Order: sequence, then structure tokens, then C-alpha cells
Amino acid sequence: MNSSPFSLDKWGRLFVSWQTFAEGFLTTLVIAVLALALALLLGIVFGMFSSSHLRGLKGVSRVYVEFIQNIPLVIQIFFLYNGLPLVGIMLDKFTIGVLGIGVYTGAYISEVVRAGIQSIPVGQMEAAKSQGFTHVQAMRYIILPQTVKIVLPPLTNQAVNLIKNTSVLAMIAGGDLMYRADSWASSQLLYGPAYVTTGLLYFVLCFPLATWARNYEQRLKSHDVQSAVLLQKSKKVFWGSLPELSKKGAA
Amino acid sequence: MELLSSIFSRDNVLFLLAGMRTTIVIAASTILIALFFGTILGLVRNYDHGILGKLSAVYIETFRNTPLILWILAIRFLVPIPAFYSGILSMSVFTTAIMAEVVRGGLNSINKGQFEAAYSQGFGFFQTLRFIIIPQCFKNIVPSLLSQMITTVKDTSFLWAVAIEEFTGKGMILMGRFASSTQVFILFAFMAGMYFIINFTLSSIVRRQNTKGQNLKKPVLVEA
Repeated sequence: MNSSPFSLDKWGRLFVSWQTFAEGFLTTLVIAVLALALALLLGIVFGMFSSSHLRGLKGVSRVYVEFIQNIPLVIQIFFLYNGLPLVGIMLDKFTIGVLGIGVYTGAYISEVVRAGIQSIPVGQMEAAKSQGFTHVQAMRYIILPQTVKIVLPPLTNQAVNLIKNTSVLAMIAGGDLMYRADSWASSQLLYGPAYVTTGLLYFVLCFPLATWARNYEQRLKSHDVQSAVLLQKSKKVFWGSLPELSKKGAA
Repeated sequence: MELLSSIFSRDNVLFLLAGMRTTIVIAASTILIALFFGTILGLVRNYDHGILGKLSAVYIETFRNTPLILWILAIRFLVPIPAFYSGILSMSVFTTAIMAEVVRGGLNSINKGQFEAAYSQGFGFFQTLRFIIIPQCFKNIVPSLLSQMITTVKDTSFLWAVAIEEFTGKGMILMGRFASSTQVFILFAFMAGMYFIINFTLSSIVRRQNTKGQNLKKPVLVEA
């Protein structure tokens, strides 16, 4: 009985050290929230850049997205942790977490925002400009508010990815949930209960978000065929897929 | 020049290439295994309304809502198999869940009328899946599959957490032998560059597929 990795007394020993897990959970949560704020900021700015007509801005945004998305997060975090101190830039692990994961997710959010902006018909921007709005004003008051509904589900999925990605900090002993659980597990040689608990803690954070995103998207498709149709680009596609969309909503 | 040859000596290059081979072997095995089981899981979740459908939903949601690194660590320490296989196993069980959702996205993009049409022509359920639904589904999900490949290649770098010496691992070991910051930065640039070349090639294909997809009736949205 006691040789099982999940025996009862092992759970008891884990319960006694609940504070370790609570601290890790809290650190993960705080890093995730701050990183998400940074990612949203970067994502909206670069998303607007990539849907603007200025080649320079488009290029900057493209470089950011391609570089960040095509290089593993682990390498980016190692660079902040092992590389930057060599040129005298010392960041603590908490900052590395927020900065590294925020910048990484920002590239994905930028693509979400770009797709959202491009789903709004060009006529909206033209109409706003004809009424004397500047480009930035039109974005702020006309375009972005309309994209919110469309980008919310993919945005929430990115938030879920972000929370999961905070676990990369375990690789630089970052004090997050994954790190604390793993170091506790290896110091006590109790892997089973530690990993199950850790998994559950991540699950309670991610599952509600992921489920909400899925349901919201379903509702969007079934009750608001129009906004789903806005995702389609040309008029030909519009007529071609209309019956399909309504049918899918009914399913 | 001396600096470069100190970093990229014959031994070092072979050392790094061995890591790249491990990365590619693990990523490729993961993708193949995950595609196979992910397709089964996606089909079951979508079309079975009994216990099997519920079980695959539980599997998918469990792995989608927990970090990969947790499974890498847990499987390494709880399943007594060699590190390399433990790496493939943990990557595969995780990626299978993601693939299942990708496949489901493809299945949902197919008009229900296709089933009715096939039935009216005397096809059975499995025949319809095999000859009508699955071929169309895979055609629609090519872009999502390619972006999942990029993610999988990047994800292999997490395996360094359990000391599997894939490309990132080899690079970090090599870096430990370097003293000068220039050497370290060049090595970082090289590592990032290698991943970039592989993934950028894949993502360029995604983009081409996506623009082609706009002429299709219904583009499938890619979620990273």
C-alpha cells in the first residue's frame, strides 16, 4: 500500500505543506495577470500597426510577430535569464516572467487583433473618416469596439495559453507553481500527489476560461449570424456560406 | 574569425547537430502519433454521444487545460522508461489533445448536408466518414496542422527540463563552457536562428495556404 505513489500518507504529507503550493499558485496568478496586461497592450498596438496602411509600421509588427512566434519561449526566457546579465542587465525572475511571457503572448494577441480589425468592413473606416475622425480616433471609437465581440474567444484562448506558459519559469527556478511543486516533489520524493495537485490547480484556472470562450463563440455563431458573417471576406463567400452558418448554429 | 571558430569548431557543430536530430525525431514522432490518436479522439468526441464521447472530452479538456511541462515532469518521474521515450510519450499525450481539437474544428466546418447526401446514396456512417467527411476535413485543417507543427517543434525545448539533450539542451550545455559574453550571444543567436529557419519555413507555408484558403468556401480559423 505505502509503496504506491499515491498512498494516503503521502497525501497527508502534501496537505501539511499546503503553503508551498498556495504560494506558488499565487505567484503564478500574479505573473499571469501582469503578463496578460502587457500582452494586451503590445497586442493591440502591434495589431493596429499591422492593419495600418503604413509600410513601416506593418513591417515593424511583422518582424515582432515572426521573431517571437518562431523562436521557442524557453530560448527567450533563457536569453533574459542567462544572456542579459552578461551585458549588465540583471532582471529578477518575477520580472523575467512578466516580461518574457507578456512579450511572447503579445505576438499572438497581435495576430488576433489584426484578424479582428480586418473583419470589420473597410466602409466603416471610410465612413468615420468622412465624418472628420482621424485614423486613431476612428480606431478608438468605431473599429476597435466592434472587434471586441469577435476577438474575445480567441483572446481568452490566448489567456489560457499564457497561464500554461508561465510554467516555463520552472526551468529557471522562477518560484511559480510548477517550480515549487517540482522542487517540493523531488525533495520529498513524492511525485504522484504533488503533480496531481499542481495539475488540478492549473485546471481550475484554465478550464473555466476555455469553456467560457467555447460557449461564447457558439452563442455568437448561433444568435448573431451577422457578426459571424463579418468574418468572411468577400460578398461571394457571404452568400455561399450563409445557410451553412445558420445550420451550424442550430446544431 | 577566431571567435567564430572557437564557437563553431567541428566538435561543437557535431554536438549541436546531434541535438537538432533529437529535436526533429521527437517532434516528428509526436506529430505523427498525435495526428493518429487525435483524429480518433476528435471523431469520437464529435460523433459518439455515449460514454466514449464523454471520456474523450475529459481527456481533451484535461490536457488542454494543464501545462505541457507538468506532463513532461510527471511522466519522466512516474513512468519507468528511458528519458528519450518518456519525452516522446509526454509530448504525444499532450499534443494528441490539441490535434483532436484541430480535427474537430475541421469536422465542424463540414456541412451536415454532406451526411444526408451520402446516406441518401446508400453510404453507411463509417463509409461516409471515410470517403466523404475525413478527406474534406483534412483539406480544411492543413493550415491549423502546420501551425501545430510549429508549436510542437518549439515545445520540444521544454524537454530540457528533464535533461533530455535536444537542441536547446545541447546549446545550453555548450554555453556553459563559454566564458565571453560575445560567445554566449552568438550561440544564442545561432540557436534562435535555427528554430527560426525551421518554423518560419512552416509558417510561410501556412500563410500561402491561408491566402489560397480565401478562395475556398469556408476558411478554418487558426488558433495557435
